[in-house]
Amino acid sequence: MTASGMLSLIQQSHSVLNPSSPQARLIDRLWDAMYLVSVIVFLLVVAALLWGTFRRRGPEAPETDPGRERSLTTAVSIATALTVLILFGFLIYDVAVGRQLTRGFGKEALQIRVIGHQWWWEVQYRDSIPKNWATTANEIHIPAGRPVALELLSNDVIHSFWPPTISQKRDLIPGKDNSLWLQADTPGVYRGQCAEYCGNQHAKMGFLVIADRPDSFASWLARQRDTALTPTTALTRRGQEVFLASTCVMCHAISGTPAGSRIGPDLTHLASRQTIAAGTLPNTRGNLAGWIVNPQSIKPGTRMPPNQLDPNDLQALLAYLESLK
Amino acid sequence: MAFNRPFGSFASLRMTIASLRMTIFATTVLTLVGCQREERNFQGMPPSATSTMPATRQTGLQPGPPVRSGPMNGPYEQNAYGVSQGKTLYNQFNCSGCHFQGGGGIGPPLMDDQWVYGSSPENIFETIVEGRPNGMPSFGGKISPDQIWQITAYVRSMSGLLRKDVATGRNDDMQVRSQEQAADKAKPVQSVIPPSAERQ
Repeated sequence: MTASGMLSLIQQSHSVLNPSSPQARLIDRLWDAMYLVSVIVFLLVVAALLWGTFRRRGPEAPETDPGRERSLTTAVSIATALTVLILFGFLIYDVAVGRQLTRGFGKEALQIRVIGHQWWWEVQYRDSIPKNWATTANEIHIPAGRPVALELLSNDVIHSFWPPTISQKRDLIPGKDNSLWLQADTPGVYRGQCAEYCGNQHAKMGFLVIADRPDSFASWLARQRDTALTPTTALTRRGQEVFLASTCVMCHAISGTPAGSRIGPDLTHLASRQTIAAGTLPNTRGNLAGWIVNPQSIKPGTRMPPNQLDPNDLQALLAYLESLK
Repeated sequence: MAFNRPFGSFASLRMTIASLRMTIFATTVLTLVGCQREERNFQGMPPSATSTMPATRQTGLQPGPPVRSGPMNGPYEQNAYGVSQGKTLYNQFNCSGCHFQGGGGIGPPLMDDQWVYGSSPENIFETIVEGRPNGMPSFGGKISPDQIWQITAYVRSMSGLLRKDVATGRNDDMQVRSQEQAADKAKPVQSVIPPSAERQ
């Protein structure tokens, strides 16, 4: 399947009402219950209104009739009590769902650190052995069926992490570590989005949660832990030289090379990712070229500056970046 | 039919409407004028290995008749957004590694009035692009000119060379010095010549 075909498939199911995880199902059920009760109440209120408007009126009873006064008081009291009861029911249900969503996760949960940047997501798979740390961007691979504990941090302003089909929202607040657990039932690609306005390109701050089968997740993680492939052809070697000699090296890291800056996304395994520019474009050679030469036409305001490269240098750089599987 | 006249007479009603229109017009104009300061131009120049500036002078001394050349203004001297971007880049590109938050350490301080290579925007731009002896690296071809101009504007704000409403007013993290907005224009350091030498 082509990358764009894959993306359009993801878009179709990008909805809270299409839950694919235990948490998302809880939220969906809460929503369904509130919707159902609200519809019933609405219909009852409209029916009462219509009845009051069109009922046949008899001769007017005196205002001070104590019997009429008493029956009115009873009716209003019942309506008030019902309203309070329903709202309290909602409150209790809501708090119960909230408690379930935020309950602690066991030791078996996989720990992943997600750091929000303007306007992309840094994803770190930490390990007790620092050599085994893996860093990627905008794509969070998780093993399907296993709970994942996300540590949410921000590097600049408040962002919010929200993959609607598998989890609730959680803010990433600078200076405060937040956490969230999520779990995907079945392997698949779930789209997420920053849900807190964070500047010019907030709308183009998307990400993918990719749930793999446990075995393919393990092999993916092992590959991510490796340093970048050494260029083998003359063209890719030239591409690496271009990368290291130009502006790229000021912000991007490629492990195994002198490039080690952590300002922009880690490019060690760029070619293994489906999208570039935080879920904005499918990761194709043409898009990558356009993004390198003039990122400001794709995401105006992004920190990535435009780059004027000699066409041969650009082709070499693209070949090198495409070799970073 | 009783006609209620809250404005007394028809003429004064017309005057009220006229003054109301005047107020709305003035408010709109003032608001629109206010928009100009925060213009954000994202289509910058690509980085180049050589300086894009015409020959910059570090001294007024020259052979022949004196040539008047006014200081060139950086594009972000009046732009609060550009200055705050410059502040972010100043830390991200590790200017703070040597100059710290302006107080200097490994590199010279930037918050005082002493400038070895000139304090005008084009001097600072050149210094960043070309590097200077004894430690300042050359960033030409590594940072785009636009971003260098942003850093330049921020560096100038540290010693109070920018307008106060343009200089930044907040930090992304813990404060290590007063805000650039609160910086007064740095006073010239009186003399670096020892007083004993001055007397002769």
